[in-house]
Amino acid sequence: MTVQAKTFESPDNGIGVMTGSGLINNIDLIQFMDQFPHGLLLFDTSLQIVIFNQYLEVLTGYKREDVIGVRGDAVLRSNLNQHEDPLHDVFETEEKVVIEGDMINRDRKKIQVRFTVAPLRSNSGDVTGAVVFVEDISLLKDLDEKAHGSPALNKIIGHSRKMQEVFDMLPVVAKTDASILITGETGTGKDYIAEAIHKASRRAKHPFIKVNCAALPESLLESELFGHVRGAFTGADRDKPGMFNLADKGTIFLTEIGDLPLSLQIKLLTALDDREFYPVGGSKKVRVNVRIIAATHRDLETYVKQGMFREDLFYRLNVLRLPLPPLRERDDDVRLLLEHFLREFSSELKKNIKGIDPAALAVLSSYDYPGNVRELRNIAEYAANLCDGSTIRLEHLPQSLTLEEKKDREAALSNSQISSPLPDKSTVRSSEELVGAPATAGWSEIEKRMILDALLKTGGRKTEAAGLLGWSRTKLWRKIKTYGMS
Amino acid sequence: MKILVTVTGDDISSRFDLTSEVIIAECDGGQIKGRPRTILLGRPSAEELSGLILKEDASVVICGAVEESHYRYLSWKNVKVLDSIIGPYREALLKVAGDALSPGDILPGASEKDSAA
Repeated sequence: MTVQAKTFESPDNGIGVMTGSGLINNIDLIQFMDQFPHGLLLFDTSLQIVIFNQYLEVLTGYKREDVIGVRGDAVLRSNLNQHEDPLHDVFETEEKVVIEGDMINRDRKKIQVRFTVAPLRSNSGDVTGAVVFVEDISLLKDLDEKAHGSPALNKIIGHSRKMQEVFDMLPVVAKTDASILITGETGTGKDYIAEAIHKASRRAKHPFIKVNCAALPESLLESELFGHVRGAFTGADRDKPGMFNLADKGTIFLTEIGDLPLSLQIKLLTALDDREFYPVGGSKKVRVNVRIIAATHRDLETYVKQGMFREDLFYRLNVLRLPLPPLRERDDDVRLLLEHFLREFSSELKKNIKGIDPAALAVLSSYDYPGNVRELRNIAEYAANLCDGSTIRLEHLPQSLTLEEKKDREAALSNSQISSPLPDKSTVRSSEELVGAPATAGWSEIEKRMILDALLKTGGRKTEAAGLLGWSRTKLWRKIKTYGMS
Repeated sequence: MKILVTVTGDDISSRFDLTSEVIIAECDGGQIKGRPRTILLGRPSAEELSGLILKEDASVVICGAVEESHYRYLSWKNVKVLDSIIGPYREALLKVAGDALSPGDILPGASEKDSAA
């Protein structure tokens, strides 16, 4: 017999609590459970889910309507059954069980959690189900790591001057409650920085809620952000709090803010200014205390000029600006990150990768990384998977990288060879003209001379020299640094 | 097409990394051919299970929760991973043979009382 059938028979998911006091006759149990800032789940004696609260929807990625009646362990996807089985045990011992473990959500992310499982009794004293209280303790684990010498912000790696500037800013911006706008190309770590700021702020013990403004259509996004009331639209059969409600007292992280539809921009601005808003279809304002961190890879100033982003919202978000540098401007961080990721994947794949062959390192160091750290990580993962020994070699790198390097060389060689017949368009000296270049000079020697030549021709102006060489300015800058020519 | 399903009893196991039993079936022309094989693993390990999947040359894996790293590794090895499936493995095999199974599917039978472990 299920708990639902035995105890929760009143309409609208109400519960008739048959207490002697008679103080509570009809509680909307689901709405009641939705108010908790932790996951709550009720299941019956056959372990099937009866009630699943809103926080658990966020934590697991499952929608409530999909999982009612489904086995709790199939939805929680925890590692509890490995050692003990508290879901079963609670019916045998009829005692509360508290146990730490992990769960994997629909986003394939492992989350550290603490489960508290307690029996539910009917008025006659029989155990008719159980309640599971799920706390996300990832933050506590991070703090624990911090206390033991492992920095909580260890997801962010960088020794370059530009990253040091970012690190210096973090404690400062974390102390305030002002809105932050994080800008940077895709893959530069905007999400990690936002989370790090939240964790270092006084709001750390409250929720950090991330909303991707580009991931949902306009009609759903408004409800996702601000919630809706019952009857607001077809299918809205109950009140649903939005992400702003869930983030109350914590931080809401609006990523891809540049893709927020114009119609929602004004509502967001009002919510930021007044700290209150109307849920979709609602007539009663909801008040929240939320810190906003927004991020985008778009050029918002240009969007403002083009009328695609509201100027007032831009200034409201741009109180504190945190621009993240692209990887190609982060000096030696490529090497540092590469070694870090290779260590990570080597251990994950149970390999013994010790280093990188100089030729492979040269290719990796001269690559532009349009996808930034995310792309570098993927390249490291690819190489680690392919590597069958202890050293990453050229053949372990994705073909696109080695082909690009080859193309660069051919383009440069071709430039140098056609420079003589076309004197007015000469870019760099031909190989014959390279003063003192021995016939056996290596590629790096030739490249150095080409750089010098281009710089001489342009009077030291690097942008023009890079143009002559057919390179980007950053590539030229990196080559100059690599060859110690600065 | 060779299909590998991670199982616990009659159901798809809830966690890829904690699986200690797999079913391997061959599918041809929308039908499951022959009798599926059962393999018991020495110990639950996502890495060893990934190795087994490649060794068996399975082209489709049906499982419950899987971590991103293992999902990406198998996808990179051209294995189609249908994850977050809940329900009886037999039902999943029938659906995948008919090309009607998608990641995240909760199958009929997942909510029946007799399916509880």
